[in-house]
Amino acid sequence: MSKQAFKVLGKPVPPPDSYEKVTGTAPYTFDMELPGMLYAKLVTSTEPHARIKSIDYSKALQVPGVRIVATGRDFPVRIGIYVGDRDMLAIEKALWVGHPVAAVVAESIKAAEKAIDLVEVEYDPLPPVFDVEEALKPDAPLLHPDIANYKISPAFKPVPGTNIANQFRMIKGEGEAGFDKADLVIEKTFKMPFLHHAYMETWNTIAHYKVTGDIEIWTSSQSPYAPRYLMAMSLGVPVGKIKMRIPYVGGGFGGKAGVLIEPLVAMLSKKAGYKPVKLVMSRAEQMRSMPVIAGYKAYAKIGFSKDGKIVAYKVRFLFDTGAFADYTVNVARTAGYACTGVYDMPNVYCESLAIYTNKVPTTAIRGFGYPENHWVLERLMDMAARELRMDPVKIRSINLLRPGDPTSTTGYGSPLRADAGDIQGVLKTSAELIEWDKEPEQPKEPWKIRAKGIAMSLKGPSQPPNAVDAAIVKFNEDASVDILVATGNYGQGTVNALRMIVAEAFDLPLDKVHITWMNSTEWMPYTWQTVGSRSTFTVGQALLRAVEDAKRQIFDIASAVLKVPADQLELADGKVYVKGEPWMSIPLTEIVNGYTFPNGQVLGGPIIGRGIHSPGILSYLDPDTGQALPINPETGHSEPGHATVFYTFGSTAVEVELDLLTGDIKVLKATQVYDIGRVINPLTAKGQAIGGLIMGMSRALYEELIFDDSGGVANPNFSFYYVARAKDIPDDIRIKFLETPQADGPFGARGFSENVMIAVIPAIANAIERATGVSITELPMTHERVWRAIKEQRPDLIEKALKAFQEWKNASQG
Amino acid sequence: MAGRMITLRLNGQERRVEVEDNETLLYVLRYKLKEMSVKSACWKGECGLCTVLMDGKPVKSCMVLAVEADGSDIVTATGLVKDGELSPIQKAFVEHGALQCGFCTPAFVVAAHHFLQKNPNPTREQVKEFLSGLICRCTGYAQIIDAIMDAAKYYRGEQKASP
Repeated sequence: MSKQAFKVLGKPVPPPDSYEKVTGTAPYTFDMELPGMLYAKLVTSTEPHARIKSIDYSKALQVPGVRIVATGRDFPVRIGIYVGDRDMLAIEKALWVGHPVAAVVAESIKAAEKAIDLVEVEYDPLPPVFDVEEALKPDAPLLHPDIANYKISPAFKPVPGTNIANQFRMIKGEGEAGFDKADLVIEKTFKMPFLHHAYMETWNTIAHYKVTGDIEIWTSSQSPYAPRYLMAMSLGVPVGKIKMRIPYVGGGFGGKAGVLIEPLVAMLSKKAGYKPVKLVMSRAEQMRSMPVIAGYKAYAKIGFSKDGKIVAYKVRFLFDTGAFADYTVNVARTAGYACTGVYDMPNVYCESLAIYTNKVPTTAIRGFGYPENHWVLERLMDMAARELRMDPVKIRSINLLRPGDPTSTTGYGSPLRADAGDIQGVLKTSAELIEWDKEPEQPKEPWKIRAKGIAMSLKGPSQPPNAVDAAIVKFNEDASVDILVATGNYGQGTVNALRMIVAEAFDLPLDKVHITWMNSTEWMPYTWQTVGSRSTFTVGQALLRAVEDAKRQIFDIASAVLKVPADQLELADGKVYVKGEPWMSIPLTEIVNGYTFPNGQVLGGPIIGRGIHSPGILSYLDPDTGQALPINPETGHSEPGHATVFYTFGSTAVEVELDLLTGDIKVLKATQVYDIGRVINPLTAKGQAIGGLIMGMSRALYEELIFDDSGGVANPNFSFYYVARAKDIPDDIRIKFLETPQADGPFGARGFSENVMIAVIPAIANAIERATGVSITELPMTHERVWRAIKEQRPDLIEKALKAFQEWKNASQG
Repeated sequence: MAGRMITLRLNGQERRVEVEDNETLLYVLRYKLKEMSVKSACWKGECGLCTVLMDGKPVKSCMVLAVEADGSDIVTATGLVKDGELSPIQKAFVEHGALQCGFCTPAFVVAAHHFLQKNPNPTREQVKEFLSGLICRCTGYAQIIDAIMDAAKYYRGEQKASP
């Protein structure tokens, strides 16, 4: 690939909103107040599963300042993106400890807080179920007996009469029969716990239901259109009546995708007499009552030939969705269809179930099924390498998918496009960066061991086949450009990257391309959602088409003025030139609002370019076979259907230090390698790679929601739900991006901001297993769990370490 | 409940405000004095996002009663801006990409400012240890540490703040 000369791309450009953020002047929904605004608080269930007999809120209404109390009877509707199973306030039944059952609206937060304690709820307890395998039993208590009547997206298949919110199966080749050819078969069970996204700004929304029927919302959401549509669908409100406005957003990580509390707050506003109402979650409410991240149990079996080739793979994911599956059905489906990771496997059988239990509900998460399925597969690859006495890099290398080779296909049977990325190069670079062939230098303390581990990753956006996007570029009088996109800006750097793409395409200096902080359905054109690492790729393409559209309009005017055919014009340095005759030009400022002739007559008008992205090649996957439905020839596409518009390849390698006496794992070095097609902004690309690495490390080592006997979250706080702090991070972080451009990506770019947290998780466990033989299959790798695993699998190591420690102690005392 | 009047200097300006005995400094800063640069993500002393400088020392303002702040000097991230110019630590955060969603940034900025005033020759280890009372979920901290190590030169007086 020859180096193209770019003026803007590839330079480290801080996002322009950084200035507001470092001064604390950037307004988040959390900071906003409207005239006459009231405050809401939630009353939550104390029962894991119960019929609500009565709710007496007469005492709450006596608290000075309290305006109204609402219950599930006031708005008995269900909402959701894929499986519309969520209620706003419990409808008849409470489904977990923490389920909102009533809401108080008052003139002050203090009055609302006082009043919620005075709401008396009488429950009629039902038997609860907390475990996925218990929930699958025929006599298990049912959480959603009416699921057949819910609004379900056609890609999903709940099983009425059971707790199965979605069932996805995928069969490739001979499926399970493929194990007949295996020389080595490994069977293991894996687990991941429930997790919290831990975005710093908790969910909060202001809604103003107006007497006109218009609903104005300010909300801490990832993007405006999906929540607006879902809200309109569930409330039966015309979609155009809802104005969804998103100011600065304090983090999302998938946890602010889809619809949040907007419909609830809107209905509270209406009930409170058309007054604006604000609802802010405390951290405990966020973690006990609002959607978190699903845990799972997975039964996996993998077969290899003796030369290290994968011959068959079988995996069964049992995702615990909690009381509402809503978005998690797609996390589970994605974990299923992408279960083969970066490897070419001839025979696959996968089943992925999303199962209701009486626990806190779950939703989307950064990585969306890929950290989940890679935890299984990338661990199995290392276990096989050990059994076959092969190098973990080698066994990966010989099994990798081969982009462009039609016989090398993903689990659902689609071959990868030839320009999907340099998958072998990613693995090779990763091994080089961690100095794979060099033994780690062992620490002075003989009870500690240092080891290296590696893992690969692949990630594509899990979007519906009809997820489309639009973009607008409009010129200001000074020939500067405003970008209008509904892409959410919650720290990923995407919107700034889009600005750089437009500056490059128009050949304008960056300060001539403007973005704004306030996203809204009122002035930003449609984008499905800002999720899945998709926006640079999809909205970037829409923007490039908008630039082309604007250029056409500019050249039409310039062509008439310069009397030269439009195809002989080019745009550079803020001027329209005749190709090869640069002295013939018109400044853009004289065109962007129409060209005015000396006699005062005007030709043309304001230049506004529009462009779209339409995925085209995507189709639904059959829930029973996992195969993509055939493509309609009318779309102009002929190849087999795909599940994603791109895949990005990645690898993480780590050097860790394990304290055999405590089980404590410290990551000393980490490398991150991704083939992202084109580095648009190295500053923020690096930021994503580091941020994801540490989030993945935190998930690998520390994070877990713990449930008490009644299924309630026992650690809804940052003291007992520990997330990585500055002192935990490795000092040596090496990041490298490969740039194999994808033809349809903007300047070749692919998205990658979720991929960065996937491979680190298995890489850490792989390092531990390589050095000690201790196999860990359950997360998180807390020191207690690791120490117990060593004690169980290699007690000799602990004895040896203890002895070494005693000797060291004696020596240092002597 | 009878309120009582307290006086404090907020970002250089004297402010008088009526507070109740059980109100935290965080509550009073945000909801009475409208100082929205002070964020919060836990309201109970775990996340550190409500950190402000009180008489030159970093405090979690959710852990301080407003009455305890009577007569004190409070500085927030907004207060580090002089004549519309970012302070050196703020500039370093911008240049190093030491922020993403920005919700924790005001707290990290004031904490880092205090830290570098006390210790303009820090090691990375010292910076990491100092920052560990604050949570940033986006950045993974490395670029924050880079920014602080880089900004230290201004606090040592090796480089003038304004270009």
